[in-house]
Amino acid sequence: MDKQIAGTTVQVNEEGYMTNFSEWNQQIGTELAKEANLDMTPRHWEVITYLQTEFKNDVPLSIRKIGKSGVVDIKEFYALFPIAPLKTASKIAGIPKPASCI
Amino acid sequence: MKRIVILGAGTAGTMMANHLRHHLEADLWEIDIIDERTEHHYQPGYLFLPFDIYTPEDIIKPIKDYIPRGVNLINDSIDRVVPAENYVQMVNGDRLRYDLLIVATGAKIAPEEIEGMKGEEWQKSVFDFYTFDGALALRNKLREWEGGKLVVHITEMPIKCPVAPLEFAFLADSYFKDKKMRDKVEITYVTPMSGAFTKPKATAALEHLLDEKHIKIESDFAIERVDNEQKMIVDYGGREIPFDLLVTVPTNKGDEVMARSGMGDDLNYVPTNKATLQSKNWENIFVIGDATNIAASKAGSVAHFEAEILTENILHYIKGEPMKDEFDGHANCFIETGGGKALLIDFNYTHEPVEGTFPFPGIGPLRLLKESRMNHMGKLAFRWVYWNMLLKGVHIPFVSSNMSEAGKHYD
Repeated sequence: MDKQIAGTTVQVNEEGYMTNFSEWNQQIGTELAKEANLDMTPRHWEVITYLQTEFKNDVPLSIRKIGKSGVVDIKEFYALFPIAPLKTASKIAGIPKPASCI
Repeated sequence: MKRIVILGAGTAGTMMANHLRHHLEADLWEIDIIDERTEHHYQPGYLFLPFDIYTPEDIIKPIKDYIPRGVNLINDSIDRVVPAENYVQMVNGDRLRYDLLIVATGAKIAPEEIEGMKGEEWQKSVFDFYTFDGALALRNKLREWEGGKLVVHITEMPIKCPVAPLEFAFLADSYFKDKKMRDKVEITYVTPMSGAFTKPKATAALEHLLDEKHIKIESDFAIERVDNEQKMIVDYGGREIPFDLLVTVPTNKGDEVMARSGMGDDLNYVPTNKATLQSKNWENIFVIGDATNIAASKAGSVAHFEAEILTENILHYIKGEPMKDEFDGHANCFIETGGGKALLIDFNYTHEPVEGTFPFPGIGPLRLLKESRMNHMGKLAFRWVYWNMLLKGVHIPFVSSNMSEAGKHYD
């Protein structure tokens, strides 16, 4: 479905995750963060950039992987994105909801 | 004479030994299967042991009884695999050269991954039921437990049989009702996922059942530590959940042999092509069951469907023919819901579990994603099917390796 955000139209799924990463830019990220009641800082963006890089390399993300990434530890990841951090951060980053394997 | 070596004589390895011995000429191919254990455990039975539904004898049989004639069972420990040189190094110093290797080393719990999990309260008020010892210790605890806060918990995904902790919560509800003490027990289901299951339709059905059985759900809980003194679990966000009895599914990891061999990922799972089941790094190595890193359930049914497809692929590979990109992630799981009923789900990589009938479209007799007594009978009957058909590589009638969309109610 379409979503109006930061003056443009982007494609999102029913849970609000962007479905076309090429439509993402930092203004959109900032607006998506506001919807989650978060004010982005440079540290937030470092984590978002890391998630996007992993996504582009087809690396499935998990809390464990992020903890071992060297970019951020799990404690700080929670401090930056307090509620369901991986999902929230993925949404802001414009990448799909992390798939937990079943 | 060429040699196939199978690592692990659990569900997947045993099935492969049976399939391949049946298809390959004995004078051309030697088949060896290695396992350090002597007992084969019917792992789905661990769920029933704590509630006194199964006895240990129902669950354990000798490995050798299920290995076909013409396959060498090597009952010894593996040090490591040296994939670049095509041999398996045994702890006793032996080297086993192979032409083709099948990795079926499974997955096991690693409670030491979480601070305090294997602490003072381990097997006193903190239990697992993913090992025989754990399930048995929990049975003894439940027999005398007088009630309080029961917390059923998943540490992190992926885990073997992702529905087992839910089944545990449902069976606990039933068990305490039967003991006339349900009012003395508060059951909470704690999961790192955002709901009871990963797929939306099944999540809705299962959350409805949790609600009906007065089981509280706490989602998005990423555990940091178990506090043994205050008896609570704490997540990275500081959320605290107190317990009197914690039944946890610890982190699951692939076998240490894969780590020692440099063949595993950060959880010791082996990178595997999700359609052909060939190792991504070595063309003469194939991986099956819980040992792979593919995004399918870690479950016996998945290993069973994989075994049928992997057998064909190995036969193609040996003849130098192209392999089939066939495995679709098919899983088929009974979910015990307590009170003599069960649900059944049937799904794959792309199709989530939905309502419908199975295995005969429109007829059943089993019903998908709905509670029924027939499904429960199916689950109990499955133990017989496991020992007598599945392990021996006998095809289960009417159930295909690839999932069928017929009889299922997709939107």
